[in-house]
Order: sequence, then structure tokens, then C-alpha cells
Amino acid sequence: MLKIHQLHKSYAIGDSSLHVLKGIDLNVEEGEMVAIMGSSGSGKSTLLNIIGMLDEADSGEYILDELPIKNLTEKKAAVYRNKFLGFIFQSFNLINYKTALENVALPLYYQGLKRKERQEKAMFHLGKVGLADWAKHLPKELSGGQKQRVAIARALAANPKLLLADEPTGALDTKTSYDIMAFIQQLNDEGKTILMVTHEEDIANMCKRIVRLRDGVIMEDKKVNQVRAEQYV
Amino acid sequence: MFKFLFDRDTWQEVFDSFSKNKLRSILTMVGVWWGILLLIGLLGSARGLENSFNRLFGSFATNSVFVWGQSTSKPFKGFQEGRQVSLSLTDAKKVEENVEGIEFLVPRNQNQASVVRNFLSGNFGINGDYPLLDQVQKKKLIHGRFINQNDINDNKKVVVISEDAYKQLFEKDEMPIGEYIEINKINFKVIGMFENGNVNMGPTSDMHIPFTTFQQIYNQGDQIGWMMITGKPEYDIKQIEEDAKLLLKNLNKIHPKDKRAFGSFNLGKEFDKVTGFLIGMQFLTWFVGIATLIAGVFAIGNILLITVKERTKEIGVRRALGATPFEIKRQIVVEAVFLTIVAGLFGIITGGWILIGLDAAFGQGDDATIVNASVSIGVVFIALVILVILGTLIGLIPAFKATSVKPIEALREE
Ligand SMILES: Nc1ncnc2c1ncn2[C@@H]1O[C@H](COP(=O)(O)OP(=O)(O)OP(=O)(O)O)[C@@H](O)[C@H]1O
Ligand SMILES: [Mg+2]
Repeated sequence: MLKIHQLHKSYAIGDSSLHVLKGIDLNVEEGEMVAIMGSSGSGKSTLLNIIGMLDEADSGEYILDELPIKNLTEKKAAVYRNKFLGFIFQSFNLINYKTALENVALPLYYQGLKRKERQEKAMFHLGKVGLADWAKHLPKELSGGQKQRVAIARALAANPKLLLADEPTGALDTKTSYDIMAFIQQLNDEGKTILMVTHEEDIANMCKRIVRLRDGVIMEDKKVNQVRAEQYV
Repeated sequence: MFKFLFDRDTWQEVFDSFSKNKLRSILTMVGVWWGILLLIGLLGSARGLENSFNRLFGSFATNSVFVWGQSTSKPFKGFQEGRQVSLSLTDAKKVEENVEGIEFLVPRNQNQASVVRNFLSGNFGINGDYPLLDQVQKKKLIHGRFINQNDINDNKKVVVISEDAYKQLFEKDEMPIGEYIEINKINFKVIGMFENGNVNMGPTSDMHIPFTTFQQIYNQGDQIGWMMITGKPEYDIKQIEEDAKLLLKNLNKIHPKDKRAFGSFNLGKEFDKVTGFLIGMQFLTWFVGIATLIAGVFAIGNILLITVKERTKEIGVRRALGATPFEIKRQIVVEAVFLTIVAGLFGIITGGWILIGLDAAFGQGDDATIVNASVSIGVVFIALVILVILGTLIGLIPAFKATSVKPIEALREE
């Protein structure tokens, strides 16, 4: 699914530069569910953003679904983001003047689907996250968990191969977090590849593999026995 | 692109974005609206004033000069200074024959006289005139006719009266033509009545009687009060005035440098002044109008820039979902253009109302100060196009900013 080799990334801060990723090697196969962990500032988000083509690495190799990601035009990148990738953010990033349904339908708009088709698909995905009744509501009328589920529905709408989530449960309480995790696990069961950044060990243990970053390199990379979230729900 | 413009979703996006950013949209529109409104209001009123001046001068041949005798200021050829100078028909004839570029020369006389009709009376300016006057100072006749050559030849006791004089001497709705009025105890038959002019150039002209009749009843002999000279269009009326005066000084044995001997009023010169004033005013209007437009555009720019951050984040989200930079810019351009066009049209409409209001308040009647206040469609169109272009360019600033950085940077904006 994706291959990363000797990936480097630094940020310029004033005159000096901050070397955040110092040679990352990572392979992820289709159908995996990987948790990326590490202390704050260890570069988890940076890595995820590069994988999601929201950011660019300074050097190193990154191949996504056989396609080397290097010096893509922004237009091409947009197409890949649209077709291959689904994003789930910690702060949901819903567009606040659009209803839940419109938010979910937005990636389909950029796919060029017809309005009716968009509405149907979006409705289907909203139903999947259990929010069919909330389709006409604005984000501000939804709870945090509901917002995150709308965001998940949106990430799923374009049927991406790879789902990227940066602390998807970071803004939610434990119970809601497990709700969301149960849902993400279900998606993984259905075959979606999932990469998520998290701080919480219990959440990480609900994945199938944990990658730990420290000082810009991968310190540990191990498979785990997945803890099912349903049992807590 | 056409498909895009006629796509319901495009407009859905536009309206969503407006309803979201109500304040911003309204402020932007107010900026544009105000600019257009002021431009139209100013240009329209300037045009209205110009029209009213044109109408005021319209009944006069504007390349004319009035010349009359005063008193000398220099001794000459044995004459003392302070000698009274008066013009004569002979002078008039000489000037007409010898000065180049004269189209018409109208000798005129005037006196004040009390006029009586039945029990009504008043004091009026009585003019002795040739039919020619009607050519250079068009009279709008309501009834009857102006003096003709027969009246002159036969020294007829006929009179053409002004509407004002009519109001003083006649009952309402009475027909004046054929009635007699008494001027200086002599009966005159009314043959015409004219509309009061907008401006009275020179002495008040309430009544006109044949020149020859005037000579007779006032025993004027050859003397005339003043002469009115009209130049041919291709001649400079100021030159004609100078030539005529020089000739007149020569004929009347007056020092060529004597400035006081002849008085004159050059309508052409005055008209030029007014024209200059109008041009100045138009320039000012344009200046103010364009400055306002620019201010309006800056207002738009300011407001759009204030919301750059908010929009940048949204644009980041859209890009993460797969929007290409082109799609994003296109959407913002449509928004900006739509916003400015709607506001601009609104400005045009309200500007039109203002002009209608001005017309109702100041544009009615003969002495209106603003006549037919209007703006040409071309000007309005150009202003609108400029606004739209500027609005678009300014709308593109946040769009460019948000699409030129990596999506993650746009997303990071809070
Ligand atoms: N745009 C940027 N400019 C400069 N420095 C940055 C930028 N983005 C991140 N950094 C720095 O890079 C380092 C890694 O950031 P990153 O966001 O990847 O950390 P993280 O592991 O996601 O941390 P957290 O758990 O707090 O989210 C941090 O020290 C951060 O300050
Ligand atoms: Mg992070």
C-alpha cells in the first residue's frame, strides 16, 4: 500500500532549522490498521501529513499505491487526495456553514459527481455512521462525537483506500472515543487501510500495529493483538 | 466554464458562502454600492446643471456682444473728457458694413414707461426693436407674432408683451391679442405674447414695439440705446467686439485707448466662463467619483483580507478533500464578481432613484436648476466593469494565498 524510505523533514525556524523526521522507514500493507505513537513534538503529525500529501518531505522516498510521490503538481496531488485518501482530523474540520449532509457530499463534488448521486452517497455514509437523522443539521448543532462521525463519513464518502486520522479521538471523552474506535475497526474489517496518530495506549491497542517515534526515528514497530472496542460500548 | 456557470452547485456554493459570511458580504456590497451611487449621483447632477445652463443660454446666440455708449475718459481732438457718448443708427450701419465676421447687428432702444389698461397698470421696460431681434434672442411666442417689417415701415402702434406683463395687465384667461394697452398715453394694439425667458440678458424686456414707432414717440431721431452684435460661428466674438469698438471710437472722435467710452457685455466671454466652470465641475465629479470607487474597492479589499484567515482554513479543508487550486480560485472569483455585480446594479438602481428624486425636487418648471439629470449607460457600465475587475483581483488575494502554500499550512490557520 505504501512504502517509505529514509524520509527526512525539517522546519525552518527563523535562521535555524528543526530536524523533525530523521530518516523514517515504514511499509504498510493493504488492510493494516496502524497506530503511530510518540511523545508530543516527536513528529507524528508531520509524518501523517506527508503521507496524506498535505505536506512534502525534504528527502527520501515515498511510494503510495505504486506511485512515487515526488514533485507532483498541485492538481495531481488534489486528484490523489480526492481518490486515495480520506482524512480525519482531531478538530473535525467540518465546514461550519454546511449541513452534515453537505459536508459529507463535498469530496464527491470535487469528484465531479452529479448532485443527486452525491446526495445519495452522502446519505448512505451518514447512515453508516448512524447520523441519517442529523443530515440537515449544521456542525454547531452536533456533539463532538457526532461531528467526528460526520467527519468520518466525509472521509469515507469518496471511498478512499487509505484512511488517515490524526488523533481522531483526541477531543472526545473515553466512551465516545470507544464508539468511534468501534466504527473505525469495523471499517478496517471491511478492508480499509488505516493509519492513525494517537496519544492513548488503549486506543493504540485497538489497532493491529503500533509504530513508536522518538527523536525523529522509529524506535519501535510491533504487531499487537487487537482489542475490540465493541466490548466497551 | 459555461457548464460551471450554469451549474446549480456553483450558485449553491456562492449563496452558502454569503449566508455564512453575511457581514462581510454586506459590507463589501455597501462599499461597491456607495461608490456607484455617488458616481451616478454626482455625474448625473453635474450633467443636470450643465443641461440647465445650456437651456438658459439656449435661447440666445451665445456668440454675441452688447455695446452701448457711456462717457469718455480721455480728452481727444479738442473734446474734453467726460463727454457723453451715444450710438446712432449710422454707427450701427458702419459697424455692420465694416467689421468682419458679423452675422447680425440689431440696434435697440429702451425706455421705462407706465402702461395702463382699463384699471390695471404697471411700469415696464419698453423696447424699440427690429424683427431681427427674434433671430438672435429667440422669443417663445405663446400667442400671436413678433414685430414684422410692415410694422416698422408704417410705424405701427403695435406691441408684443411678455407673459409677466400680461399677468399684470390682464385678467386671468383673457385673450390679449387684439386688445389695446396704453403706453405713455398712446394706444397700442397687442399682437403677441411671449414666454418669459430664463435669463434676462441686458435690460428687462417686458414689451417690444417697432423700432420706428419707438423713435417717433420718444423723439429719438437717429439715436439708439445699444446694439447687439452676433458673430458668425467661425469668428471670435471677442475680436468682433474689439473691432467694433475701435471703429465706433473712430466714428465718434474718441481716443482709441479710451476704455470707458463704450460699455459692453460679451455673452460669448461669459458663456466661456460658464463652460469652463462646467468643465471644472465635471472634472471634479469624475475625480470625486473615481476616488469614491477606489475607496469602495479598498473597503472590499480590506474586508476580504480580514477574512483571509477564516477562508484560508476552509480552503485548506477543501484542498484536503481534493479541490484543485483552479477550482478554488474559480469559486472565489465567481463569488467576488457576483457580489460586486449585485452591489453595482443595486447602486445603479438607487443612483437612478436619486436622479429621479433630484429631478422631482429641482428639475421641474422653467427655472429648474437641474435639467434632465442623467448618466450615460457607457459610463455606468465602465464603472461597473472596473469595480468587478478590482473586486475580482482583490478576491483572488486570499485565494492565491491559500492555494500557493501547502494544504497543511492552510489547514493550520486558526
Ligand atoms: N509548520 C511548522 N513550522 C515549524 N515547526 C513545526 C511546524 N510544524 C511542526 N513543527 C515542529 O515540528 C515538531 C513536530 O511536530 P508535530 O506536529 O509533527 O508533532 P506531533 O508528534 O504531532 O506532536 P503532538 O503530539 O503534540 O501533536 C514540533 O517540534 C513542532 O514544533
Ligand atoms: Mg500532532
